[in-house]
Amino acid sequence: MTASLVKLALLFAGLSLLAIGGANSVVPEMQRVSVNVEHWMTGREFLDFFAISRMAPGPGSLIVTLIGEKVAGPLGAAVATVAMFGPSCLLVYLAARLWHRARDATWRQTAERGLAPVAVGLVFASALALTRGTETSWLAYGVTGAATLALAASELHPLIVLAAGGVAGILLHL
Amino acid sequence: MTGAATAAPPAPSPAPPSLRELSLVFLSIGVQSFGGGLSAWVRREVVQRRGWLEEQAFLSGLALCQITPGPNAVNLAVFVGATLRGRAGAFAALAGMLIVPIGIVLALGAAFATLRDTSWLGSMMTGIGAAAIGLNFATALRMTRKGVRTPGAALIVLAAAISVGLADVSLPLALLVLVPASLAFAVWRR
Repeated sequence: MTASLVKLALLFAGLSLLAIGGANSVVPEMQRVSVNVEHWMTGREFLDFFAISRMAPGPGSLIVTLIGEKVAGPLGAAVATVAMFGPSCLLVYLAARLWHRARDATWRQTAERGLAPVAVGLVFASALALTRGTETSWLAYGVTGAATLALAASELHPLIVLAAGGVAGILLHL
Repeated sequence: MTGAATAAPPAPSPAPPSLRELSLVFLSIGVQSFGGGLSAWVRREVVQRRGWLEEQAFLSGLALCQITPGPNAVNLAVFVGATLRGRAGAFAALAGMLIVPIGIVLALGAAFATLRDTSWLGSMMTGIGAAAIGLNFATALRMTRKGVRTPGAALIVLAAAISVGLADVSLPLALLVLVPASLAFAVWRR
């Protein structure tokens, strides 16, 4: 029990600091260790966990909570979650403090103007990558396109559009 | 900046939000963000609806969160919380955003074996996922309208979108090229 908790903590604390660009970048490594190395679960179970964490609200990285729960119960869930978020959160907290302290510095205003387009481009990139990774039919592209238009051109609440997407999914057998 | 479709954002509020407000806003983000797209929700609540951060401050913070390791959305909660209310703010935003989704994920995990073979549920989730991707695209378009003002910046947006989103260039490599290039543009235009 303690041994698996330590394994969970070390695995996810390490992945926390390797997850450049978000948790998706380390999902393959999570899968390799959980399924092939430690035999905590089957490949099918891992895919189920991945699907659950994608469909639930909140960050997809909560897949680690499910892995932890599977390995060592509620304590395992807690250890995996803290290990996955702790190190990276600490790092970003320190970066935020530094950033905040420099709020009146000219270099920060220049850096803000330089970083903003990178952020915007990466939001486009993640939407494109998600489309390519999860959508295979023209109907699904259509739902994404319609949602994009509705949300970019009107002030509709996103939940309404998500609900419409869910209904469209059922009707179109996506 | 284009026409009438975009309501003017409220002026940045002089007083930072209370810890209670902060955690409640992130709680609502955590509850509503089906299918992902959390950065979009955070921008909507923090920049567009409440004006707690200005567009450019938010975008540069988002870039910091993308550059530092870890889940972007979780990083973003910490960044926004820390910027508005320091250490306590970071905890309030983080806990607010995670507490309900953790409960939901665990509950779904327990029920999933029986849910898996309910086909309409899968169709519904695929549809919600497809719409959530649309939320990402729409947010990126809004960000472009508000935060991208020069041809150089537009070029960086395009380069990032194509290299990482379509050509599968690894993110560290893309950042290594794009961040210095974009900063150089910004210095040059100063």
